[in-house]
Amino acid sequence: MAILVYVENIEGKFKKSAFEVVSYAKAIANEQSTSVTALSIGNVADDELNKLAGFGASKIVKVDQEQLKQFINKAYASVIAAAANSEQANIIVLSNSFSGKGLAPRVAAKLEAGLADGAIELPTFSGSDLQVKKTAFSNKAFATEIITADKKVIAVNPNSHEPVRSEETAAIETLSPSVDAGDLNIVIKDIVRATDKVSLPEAEIVVSAGRGMKGPENWAIIEELAAALGAATACSKPVSDAGWRPHSEHVGQTGIVVSPNLYIAIGISGAIQHLAGVSSSKTIVVINKDPEAPFFKVADYGMVGDALEIVPKLTAAVQAHKAN
Amino acid sequence: MRILVCISHVPDTTSKITFNSDHTEFNQSGVQFIINPYDEIALSRAVELVEGTDGTVTVINVGDASTEPTIRKALAVGATDAVRIDAAPRDAWFVAKQIAHYATEQSYDLILTGRESIDYNGSQVAALVGELLHIPSVSIVKKFDIQDREITIEREIEGGKEVLSTQLPVILGTAEGVTEPKIPNMRGIMSARTKPLQVLPAVDVPTLSTISKYESPAPRGQVAMVDDVEQLVNLLHTKAKVL
Repeated sequence: MAILVYVENIEGKFKKSAFEVVSYAKAIANEQSTSVTALSIGNVADDELNKLAGFGASKIVKVDQEQLKQFINKAYASVIAAAANSEQANIIVLSNSFSGKGLAPRVAAKLEAGLADGAIELPTFSGSDLQVKKTAFSNKAFATEIITADKKVIAVNPNSHEPVRSEETAAIETLSPSVDAGDLNIVIKDIVRATDKVSLPEAEIVVSAGRGMKGPENWAIIEELAAALGAATACSKPVSDAGWRPHSEHVGQTGIVVSPNLYIAIGISGAIQHLAGVSSSKTIVVINKDPEAPFFKVADYGMVGDALEIVPKLTAAVQAHKAN
Repeated sequence: MRILVCISHVPDTTSKITFNSDHTEFNQSGVQFIINPYDEIALSRAVELVEGTDGTVTVINVGDASTEPTIRKALAVGATDAVRIDAAPRDAWFVAKQIAHYATEQSYDLILTGRESIDYNGSQVAALVGELLHIPSVSIVKKFDIQDREITIEREIEGGKEVLSTQLPVILGTAEGVTEPKIPNMRGIMSARTKPLQVLPAVDVPTLSTISKYESPAPRGQVAMVDDVEQLVNLLHTKAKVL
C-alpha cells in the first residue's frame, strides 16, 4: 500500500514542484510506515528520473509511450488511476499546478476518491480519515478538510512544502498501459513557453508593480529588478485591465495566487482583492509614494517614495549584494 | 448551439471573510453575494456565442432559494433560461454530480464554468463534470473559438500557454481574457423577471470529504519602514534571509 505521487515534467525535466510533491509523499509514507512510488508520464531520461530517489521515491514507474508524450488530462488521469490501482495506493499526491488542477479532479472522480486541493501543510491521520489544511476564500482564510473516503487525492500548492532530501535506491519500471482512443481526442497544436522567464506560480521571488508605475513604458526597470533577483514579474488588476501587462501576470483574488519567499510590491496601493492573492508570501516588501497606502499594513518592510526613482537604485543594490 | 453555464453564488470580492464562533461556517451576515467573477466571464462569452443565432444559454446553479437573485442577474446578462438544483452545495463533488446528472439528460454542445470559485477555490467542477460525462475538460482557458464542431482552446500553463483543439461537446473552466464581463441593460433586467427558472431536487451523493473548520490568517507583525535601498537589501539578507 504505497503512496503514489505523480510528477509533472516540463520538456523532460523536473522542476522544483516535482521534488516538493515527492518529498511531501515521503513524509506521509514515513508516518504511515510505507514507501513512495513515483509515476512519471512522458519522455524523461533515466538520470532525470533517478533524481526522484533523492527525495524519497523508492520505486519509479515511467510511462513513455508515444501517444502519451504530451499532457492530455483525460488520458493522464486514466494512467494515474490505473497505476494507483496496480500499486494498491490509497493516497495519491500531485502538484496543484495549472495542469494539476485539470488532472486531480479527474483522477479523484475515477477512483471515487476524496480530493483535497490547494493543500498547504502535511496531513494528519485519525483512523482511516485524513485531515489537511488548505487555502480557502482566495487566501483570505484556511480550511481544514477531512477526507473520509477510502481513497484520497491531495493536490499540493506549489511552494508550500520545501523539498527535503531523503536518499533511497529506486528501481525504474516501465509501464505500458493500454490507452483508450476516447482519451486521446485532443490535439495539442502549440506550446509557447517563455523559457527565459521565471514562472509566476512557482517563483521564489516575485516583483510586482501597479499603477504607481504611471505607464507600460516604465516597465523596463521592473524587468531589470526581476532579472537581478531571479524573480518572476507580476502586476495588479488595474494594470492588466488597462492592457499595460498581460492577464497572465495579474496577481490577486481573481488572478494568480502566489506564495513566494519574497514579494516586492511597487506602486500598488493594496486593495483587499490584491492582498488576498499575496498574503501567504513569506516576506512582503512595499514601495509606495503614499505613506497611507493600505499595503503597508500587511508588509514586513516598507519604503516611501517614487517607484521610478527607487527601483533602479534597488536593482543596483541587489547587483552589488550578489557580486559580494 | 446549446450551451450550459454553471454559476456559483459567492461573496463579493471586497468582502471581509469571517466565521461563526466555532469556526465551522462562513459568516454571511452583511455580505453581498455576486455571480462568481470567473463564471460571469463564462456566461458573457456564452451569450456572445449565441447572439443572433437560434442557440440557447441555460444557467445552472446548485443552491438554496437564497441564490435566486444571482440567477436572475445571470438571466439579465442574457441567459435564455435557468435551472436551480435545490440543495446547499456541500462541496465540488456534490455540485459536479448534480450538474452531470442534469446535463446527461440534456446533451449540451458546450458546458462552461469559471476556472474556480472565489470562495472554496476548488477549480474542480470543470474536470469533475468532464470525467462524469466522459467528455474532454480544459481548465484555465484564456481564449476559445468554435468552427462547426471543432473548438480551438488556449489554456494557461506555467510560464506560457498551450493551444489545443478537440470536438464538441467539451467543458471549459474559463479565466480572464475569454471576454469582458457583460453588464445587464434595462431590457435584460426587465426580461429576466419572466424568463423560466426551473427548480429541481438534488440527487443523492455519498460524502467523500468535509470541512471541519476554518481559520483566518494570522496577522503580520508591524511593518519596518526603511529609508534607503542598501538598508532594505541588508535586512532582506540578514533578517528575512530571503536574499
